[in-house]
Amino acid sequence: MRDSTRAAPFADPVPVQGESLERGSSLWRDAWLRLQKNRIALFGLWTFMLIAILCLGGPFFTSYSYESTEISLKASAPTERIVLRTEFRKVGEPRESYLALSSLEDEFLERSPAERRAIKERVQNGNEFREGNAAYRLSNQRHVFGTDPLGRDLLTRVLIGGRISLAVGFAATLVSIAIGVVWGAAAGFAGGKVDTVMMRFADILYALPFTVIVILLMVMFGRNFVLLFVAIGAVEWLNMSRIVRGQIIALKNQEFIEAAISLGLPAYRIMFRHLIPNVMGSIIIYTTLTVPNVMLLEAVLSFLGLGVQPPLSSWGVLIDEGSRTMETSPWLLFFPAVFFTLTLFSLNFLGDGLRDALDPKSSKD
Amino acid sequence: MIKIIAGRLFQLIPVLWIILTLTFFMTKIVPGGPFSAERQATPEVIAQLNAYYGLDKPVWQQYLRYLSKVVMFDFGPSYTYQSESVNEVIGRAFPISLQIGTLAFCIALVIGVTAGVIAAANKNKLLDYLPMSISMLGICLPTFVLGPILALVFGLVLKLAPVSGWYGLNYVPLHPAVMPAVTLGLFYAAYIARLTRGGMLDILNQDFIRTARAKGVPEHEIIFRHASRGGLLPVVAFLGPCFAGLISGSFVVEKVFNVPGLGQEFIKSVFNRDYPLILGTVVFFGALIVIFNLVSDVVQLLLDPRSRN
Amino acid sequence: MALLEIEDLRTYFYTRAGIVRAVDGVSLSLSHGETMGIVGESGSGKSVTCYSILGLIPRPPGKIVSGVARFDGIDLLSCSDRQLRAIRGKRISMIFQDPMTSLNPYMRISDQLVEPLLVHEGMSRSGALIRAVESLEELGIQDASTRINLYPHQFSGGMRQRIMIAMALISRPEILIADEPTSALDVTVQAQILELIKQRQRELGTAVIFITHDLGVVASFCQYVTVMYAGRIVESAPTGELFARPMHPYSASLQQSIPALHQKGQPLYTIPGMPPDLTLDIEGCPFAPRCGHATAICREQRVALKEITSGHGTACIRFQRGELANTPLASTAAAL
Repeated sequence: MRDSTRAAPFADPVPVQGESLERGSSLWRDAWLRLQKNRIALFGLWTFMLIAILCLGGPFFTSYSYESTEISLKASAPTERIVLRTEFRKVGEPRESYLALSSLEDEFLERSPAERRAIKERVQNGNEFREGNAAYRLSNQRHVFGTDPLGRDLLTRVLIGGRISLAVGFAATLVSIAIGVVWGAAAGFAGGKVDTVMMRFADILYALPFTVIVILLMVMFGRNFVLLFVAIGAVEWLNMSRIVRGQIIALKNQEFIEAAISLGLPAYRIMFRHLIPNVMGSIIIYTTLTVPNVMLLEAVLSFLGLGVQPPLSSWGVLIDEGSRTMETSPWLLFFPAVFFTLTLFSLNFLGDGLRDALDPKSSKD
Repeated sequence: MIKIIAGRLFQLIPVLWIILTLTFFMTKIVPGGPFSAERQATPEVIAQLNAYYGLDKPVWQQYLRYLSKVVMFDFGPSYTYQSESVNEVIGRAFPISLQIGTLAFCIALVIGVTAGVIAAANKNKLLDYLPMSISMLGICLPTFVLGPILALVFGLVLKLAPVSGWYGLNYVPLHPAVMPAVTLGLFYAAYIARLTRGGMLDILNQDFIRTARAKGVPEHEIIFRHASRGGLLPVVAFLGPCFAGLISGSFVVEKVFNVPGLGQEFIKSVFNRDYPLILGTVVFFGALIVIFNLVSDVVQLLLDPRSRN
Repeated sequence: MALLEIEDLRTYFYTRAGIVRAVDGVSLSLSHGETMGIVGESGSGKSVTCYSILGLIPRPPGKIVSGVARFDGIDLLSCSDRQLRAIRGKRISMIFQDPMTSLNPYMRISDQLVEPLLVHEGMSRSGALIRAVESLEELGIQDASTRINLYPHQFSGGMRQRIMIAMALISRPEILIADEPTSALDVTVQAQILELIKQRQRELGTAVIFITHDLGVVASFCQYVTVMYAGRIVESAPTGELFARPMHPYSASLQQSIPALHQKGQPLYTIPGMPPDLTLDIEGCPFAPRCGHATAICREQRVALKEITSGHGTACIRFQRGELANTPLASTAAAL
C-alpha cells in the first residue's frame, strides 16, 4: 500500500519550464530600472546635469569675464539694451564705455525732460547722438541676466559662482565621505573596544557646535578656498561614519563574510572587496544628500562674508550681494537664488529617488 | 533612567572642556593679536595692553588662568567693548537670540508636525503631495534667500514688520522678532515635516496598527493614540540638532534683519579677534547644544518604553 | 442559515509589476460556532480573503473588485468605513501571526486591552479594566492585575499571543479570525495556544476561521477545511473527508508533504514547480502546470467549485467528471 503511494503520479517531478525561471538581474540594474520609473528623481537628475553642464561649459560662451567691471554700466536689468559711449580725446585712442539705455537720460541732467526723452528715443532707434566730444549709439551687447552694480555680467558670474559652489559641494563631500567611510567601516569591522572608543569620539564631536567651529577656522586661518572644503568636509563626515558602521555591523554577521573570514582572507581584503561594495548603495544615497547640505553650509559662510572672496563668486556670495540691492535690482537676487534653489531641489529629489531605488524595502509596493 | 541622565550630564563636562581647549589654542596658534590691528597704537601701548590682559605670559599660563576663571563662570572682559565683560555682552545679546529662537522653534514644531501628520495620514494623495512639495521647497530655499524676500514683502510692501533693527521699532504692528523667527522657523518646519511623515509612515506600516484597525479603532485615534508616540520619535531625536541649527541659523537671520543678537556678536567678535568674547560665546553655544541634545535624548527615552530598562 | 457567507470575492493588488490577483473568486460559508480552517501556501490568498471582508487590505494598492460577504444580513464589502469599524473588534475579531509585532510597543497592555470595550461598548475605563483583567486570567495569565500595566516587550512570545487572544475575545465576538496564530511560536507553546483558543471557543460559542499552512493543526482543530491555491479555493470538505478522500491533486500533495507521515529514510516529498505568477491571468486550473494528472482541458478551462458529495466540493474538473475518483490519490490518510 505504501509503495503504491510512493508510486503515485505526483512523485514524478514535473520539469520546470525555462520561461518560468526568473531572469537574474543585478541590484544596480534593478535600481536603475526603478529610478527610471521615478519621474521626480529623473527630473532631479536631468536638472542637475543641465545645471552642471551650464556651469562648467557656459562661461566659455558668454563672451564676458566674471571679473571685468564696467562701472558706468551699473546694475542693468536683464536683456536691457546697452548704449556704447565713445569719448574722443585730444591724445590717444578714443575711450569706450557702456551704459544701460535706462540710465542714458542721467547723462544729460542739465537738459529738460523732453529733450532727454528725445535723445533717448534717437539712440533707441539706432541713430548716433553726439554731445561735445562724446558719441552715443546703441551697442549690440546683451546681458541676459543683467549686470551687477559693478557692471559685471551676471550670467557669467552666476555660472562661475556655480562652478565654485558645485566644486566646494563635491570636494567637501568627497572629503567627508572618505573620512566617514573609513572611520565607520573600521569601527564596525573592528568591533569591541575599538568600536566603542571610535564611536564615543564621534559622539563627542557630534556635540560640538560645528558651524561655529567652521566659522572660527575660516577666520583664523584666512579665507582660503582649499581650507573651506576641508573644514566643511571635516564637519560633515559624522553621519556618514554612523551609517556605514551600522551597515557593516549588520553585514559582518552574515554568512558570506563569515565564509570570507574562515577562508583566511586578510582584513583589508574583506573590507574593501566584500564589505564596502555592499554598502555602496547607502554611500551613494548619502552622497547625493550631503552635497546639498555642504553647498548650503558654503553658501551660509559666503553669505556671512567668510567664504569665497571677490572677485571670485559663489552662489552664496551672489545671493548676499543680491539681497543688498533687492529693492532696486531684484534680478541680482533672483537669478543666483533660482540656480541655487534648483540645484538643491534636484539633488534632494535625486537622493530621495535613489534611496527608493536602492533600498527595495522602502519602495512603495 | 536617572542614571542615564546623570551619566549624560557627566559627559557634558569633558565635551565643554574639549570645546574650550580647542578654541583656546586655535586662537593662540594664529598669527596676529587683538591689538595689532589698531594702527594708532605704538609698540609700547600694545605691550602695555598685552600685559594688562596677561597676553605676555606663556600660553600654558594663560590657559590655566583662563580655565580657573571659567570654572567660576567668569569669561573675563571683552576686548572690543571696553566697558563690558563677556558675561554682560552675552547677557545683553542672548535674550534677543533666545526670543527669535524660541519663536522659530515653536513655528517649526507646530507647522512641521501638523504638515507631516497630515501628509502621512493621506499618503499618496493630494494632501500628501502638496505639503511635501512645499516642504521640499522650504528645505531648498535657504534662510538667506527667504529672509530678504519676506523682508521685502512684509517690511517694504505691506509695512507690517520692521525690515531691520531691533530697538525702538514700535511704529509697525509686528514685533521685530517675528520676521526673523518666521524665516528661521519655516526652514526647520520643512525639515520636521519630512521627518514626521517618514516616522509616521514607518509606524503606520507596522503590524500593530493593523491590530488596532482590526479592533475597530477610528482612524484619528489610530494616528493620535497608536502611531504618534512612535512616529514622532525621529522628530524628538532631531530636536537637539534642530536647536543647534537654530543657533547657527541665527547668524544668518540676524545678519539679514540686522538684529543685535548673540549670533551677530559672535561674528563680530571673530572678525575683531576679541578672544575672550569668542571663547565665551563658543562655550556658551556648546553648552546649549549639549544640553539640548541631552533633553532630546531624555524625551526619546521617556517615549520609548523599550529603552527604559 | 450561515453566519458568514462570502460569494465570488475578488481582491486585486495594482502594483508596478502588474495586477496581482491575490483573491480570485472565493466563495465560502461559515456557520455559528463552527471552526473552519483555510489552508494554503503563503501567497495563496488565505489571509487576503479575511482582510478583505474586514476592510483591512491597504488601499491602494489593494482593491476589492467584486464579491459579497453577508454577515448577519449586512454585506461587509459594501459597508461604509464607519459601519465596518463598528463590526471589527466587536462582532468579528482577529488574531495575527506574529505576537512580537502585533502589539503596540509604545502602549501599556491595559490600554490596548480595554480599547475594544471603550470604542464599541462605551464602557468606563475602570469597568473595562476589570473586564480586561478577567480576560487575561481566563487565558491563564497569572498576576494579571499587576502585569496588565506592563508593556508588550516585557512578555514572552507565547504570553503576548495570549494577550492578543484576550484582546480579540474581550468583546465576545461572533467570529474570530485567527491568522496563523501559532506559526511564530515555539512548538510547545503552539499546543498551549491552540488549546486555549479551543477552550475559549467552546466557552463563548464563537465561530473560528483558522488560517494556517499546517495541515496537522487543521486536523486537530477544525471541523471544516477550505484549501486555497493561487487565490482560488480548490477544495473544501469536512476535515475527516478531506484527509480520507482528497478530491483535488493539490490537497493530496499537501498531505503527502507532511513530514510526519513519512517513513524514516525516505526523501521528503515536495510538490514540484513553483506557485504561479499571480500577475498573469490564468486560463485554466492554476495547479495544472504542477499537476501529474493535468490534461489539456485543465489548462484551458476555468472550473468553479462543485459539490461532489454532501459538503465536499472540488475545483478539479477531472474529479468533477469522475475520472479520478478511483485513483488512490493519497492513501497516506490511512496513516493518520
